[in-house]
Amino acid sequence: MNDLDRRRSGWSWWYILLLVQIVAVLWPPFFNKLEPAWIGVPFFYWYQLLWVIIGAVLTAIVYFATDSRHRGTEG
Amino acid sequence: MQEINWTALAVFVALFALITWLGFMAAHWRKGDLGLLHEWGLGGRRFGTLVTWFLVGGDLYTAYTFVAVPALAFGAGAIAFFAVPYTIIIYPILFLVFPRLWNVSHKHNYITPADFVRGRFGNRWLALAVTVTGIVATMPYIALQLVGLQVVIGAMGVSGAGLGGDIPMIIAFVILAAFTYTSGLRAPASIAIVKDILIYATAFAAIVVVPIQLGGLAKIFAAVPAAKVLLAVPGPNTTGAYGIYTTLALGSALALFLYPHSITAILAASSGHAIRRNAALLPGYSFMLGLLALIGFFAIAAGVGSAPEYAAGFKQFGNNFAVPALFLHSFPSWFVGVAFAAIGIGALVPAAIMSIAAASLYTRNIHKEFINPNASPAQEASIAKIVSLIVKFGALVFILFVPTQFAIYLQLLGGILIIQTLPAVMLGVYTRWFNDWALLIGWGVGTVAGVWMFVAANLTPNYTLTFAGHAFPGYSALYTVILNLVVVIVLTPLLNGLGGRPRDETVAADYRA
Repeated sequence: MNDLDRRRSGWSWWYILLLVQIVAVLWPPFFNKLEPAWIGVPFFYWYQLLWVIIGAVLTAIVYFATDSRHRGTEG
Repeated sequence: MQEINWTALAVFVALFALITWLGFMAAHWRKGDLGLLHEWGLGGRRFGTLVTWFLVGGDLYTAYTFVAVPALAFGAGAIAFFAVPYTIIIYPILFLVFPRLWNVSHKHNYITPADFVRGRFGNRWLALAVTVTGIVATMPYIALQLVGLQVVIGAMGVSGAGLGGDIPMIIAFVILAAFTYTSGLRAPASIAIVKDILIYATAFAAIVVVPIQLGGLAKIFAAVPAAKVLLAVPGPNTTGAYGIYTTLALGSALALFLYPHSITAILAASSGHAIRRNAALLPGYSFMLGLLALIGFFAIAAGVGSAPEYAAGFKQFGNNFAVPALFLHSFPSWFVGVAFAAIGIGALVPAAIMSIAAASLYTRNIHKEFINPNASPAQEASIAKIVSLIVKFGALVFILFVPTQFAIYLQLLGGILIIQTLPAVMLGVYTRWFNDWALLIGWGVGTVAGVWMFVAANLTPNYTLTFAGHAFPGYSALYTVILNLVVVIVLTPLLNGLGGRPRDETVAADYRA
């Protein structure tokens, strides 16, 4: 895909990064367990809360990566 | 019920007075001509990143959420935590879809999702389907906000027989109706700032103070019955609680931004960039919601469920009383007033936005489309203002005279209904491949199947599909929107062969910044 096509479709490969958080929290067998607990909180809870933060960081990365591309090509 | 808690009530009333003043003053904020629908209903599309953060946060994380999610944890345990993956998944969707919807709406002055569908697919009946679905799904949602308000007012000891006990709620609602009428979306936007600060203060106080009082988080989780701490591991030949957890999170996430009030708050942003930035900033609320879900467990550990002084509250409000009871148990009275005001004001913000969204839908996509196509912009705005009053009055009557459980059922059904607009609205932002009539038939099939599953599952949103000896219990909204999409994809080539397609008034460039 050249740059023009990519702009036309509105797609960026950076968006794949957004899928990571979706997969990580939608498969309960991964995280439906008590151990390892953290300050008394079972894994099930702190794991999912941690993904809220990781998800926000990933989204910020995608924002900056795709935003600078826009600025670079569209002024 | 217990005696009136005067300290809490005084703080509560003072904070309500503050936001009432703010709601009326908001008319002068970033001043625009409030006689125009996009000024009244979308705040002139002028809210930057920070105000959008408060507005969308205040809109999506409603009072009912803050009461009902911990209540579900209190009653049912780990399943309530589906709210966390749900609020994680919504932001990639927000990031990918809604800047495009904002761009095209800004370009063509679309105010509602149905405006977009009308312009994109050129079919007024499809737009009508989107409109009616939006209004029907929103109404019980407004009514549910009142449940949050009712619970905290009751918890302060303000109660009485019959209509007398409802007077505080009626007053709160009249205030809400008045400032929404005069200030439009600017009112909830300014109030959301106060509400969110109160909510954050409450949530963090609760998450710090209560575990200290109860002897640490490990002790709290030890007090929760083992069956509630984790999801039940599914037996053979069924996806069990895992399937329910995943489909509830995914289905709710796909439905959320199709609600008219979500779209209203997003379209009020000043740019697609403000929306993208918010996709990374709004998880702050998700984190807080996750912490609040844990408060349901705190309530179990604190033993409020069996304390005699709260028995009457639990009897009247069920598990929804768990959070207010815990606050009464753990905080000094003045802070109880702050916390309850946060929940009460938290009910008014989304209720205002929902009524504005429903009123805009009626005005643009029913009145202007079918009744008076020549309505001037000024007439549009005045109709919308009046309809917003009717909508709120309807919700109030509903909650006063119909058992609360009905509003809860209808809100659960609302999620199943609103998700059927996904192909036209959310996928429509990316593609015009679908045939307009195929979309309408898909919507109809999904809606009928969704209502049928809801009734077949005894008015619950989870339906068990069985397939080759395996059971797949899960959220009907997700199952039926898949059916809807299959119908649309199969019928599109067939119906395209029958005749011409209406013109798409949008072009590819409209979707980009």
